[in-house]
Amino acid sequence: MLAHAIFFYIFSFIAIVSAIMVTVSKNTVHSVFFLILDFISISCLFIMIGAEFLGMIMLIIYVGAVAVLFLFVVMMLNVAQQKNQWFSARESSKHIPVGLIISAIIFFELLIVIGGWKYKPNLVSAMSLTMDKEITNTHAIGYVLYTDYIHIFQLSGMILLVAMIGAIVLTFRQRSGVKRQSYFSQISRERSDGVELIDVPSNQGVKSDD
Amino acid sequence: MIDIGLGHYLTLGAIIFTIGIVGICLNRKNIIVILMSIELILLAVNINLVAFSIFLNDITGQIFTLFILTVAAAEAAIGLAIIVVYYRNSSTIRVEEINSLKG
Repeated sequence: MLAHAIFFYIFSFIAIVSAIMVTVSKNTVHSVFFLILDFISISCLFIMIGAEFLGMIMLIIYVGAVAVLFLFVVMMLNVAQQKNQWFSARESSKHIPVGLIISAIIFFELLIVIGGWKYKPNLVSAMSLTMDKEITNTHAIGYVLYTDYIHIFQLSGMILLVAMIGAIVLTFRQRSGVKRQSYFSQISRERSDGVELIDVPSNQGVKSDD
Repeated sequence: MIDIGLGHYLTLGAIIFTIGIVGICLNRKNIIVILMSIELILLAVNINLVAFSIFLNDITGQIFTLFILTVAAAEAAIGLAIIVVYYRNSSTIRVEEINSLKG
């Protein structure tokens, strides 16, 4: 139990500090690196409390895909060296106190909710999908995900498809003046378009571009 | 302090959620950091769902965390595509210079 507590405090401390560094660091590339550190420590927490599948999935999706996507975009857009001008911005610095006040209010509301909250007495007996201690976490998720939640699962696949098509459509650019292969006109070419049979008169030859 | 319970995880989620909101409100640098703050907020929601799922012994929270992961990945892809298109058109993504909707 002591080791559990120590590891919880270590991982959550790293997570909080790196979350702060994401927002305040001057270089955007450093922000992305701290975001990766944050995801890794949170997934360590997930693995520690027994949600191994989600911890590993977080590592694969967030660190392997989303953070690398952020890195690509940051390096493509050449904004990494922009200076962070929090308090020297001309017009926008009047939003800062309002933002801080609202954030503090939200934080204290969340703390009040957490502090004054407890289970309904009959909640545990009314729950629907209990975890079986005999099977692993991945087995349990698989049993539920492909039976009870199959429609929502396929719907999330549709969301990913729409996101992929949307990203391609948004960033697709038709450049003018670039010679490209046109598959449709290549395939739909007929014999009558390309070949012409001519009776050549003697002693005159054939002139092209008639 | 030694006995780690549900409240510890909820407090961690609340702290990270608040850091995400502070990052959105105070950011003057570029929109990519705002997208990263949104990812932090979704991460805090995931912490809450997983903690409730473990401590209530109910698998449904982890299923919904999986769906939140899906939506977060889709949102990051679309948001970054929009940022790339905006940078191509106006060659800046500084927050204070994006004011074409201001009227």
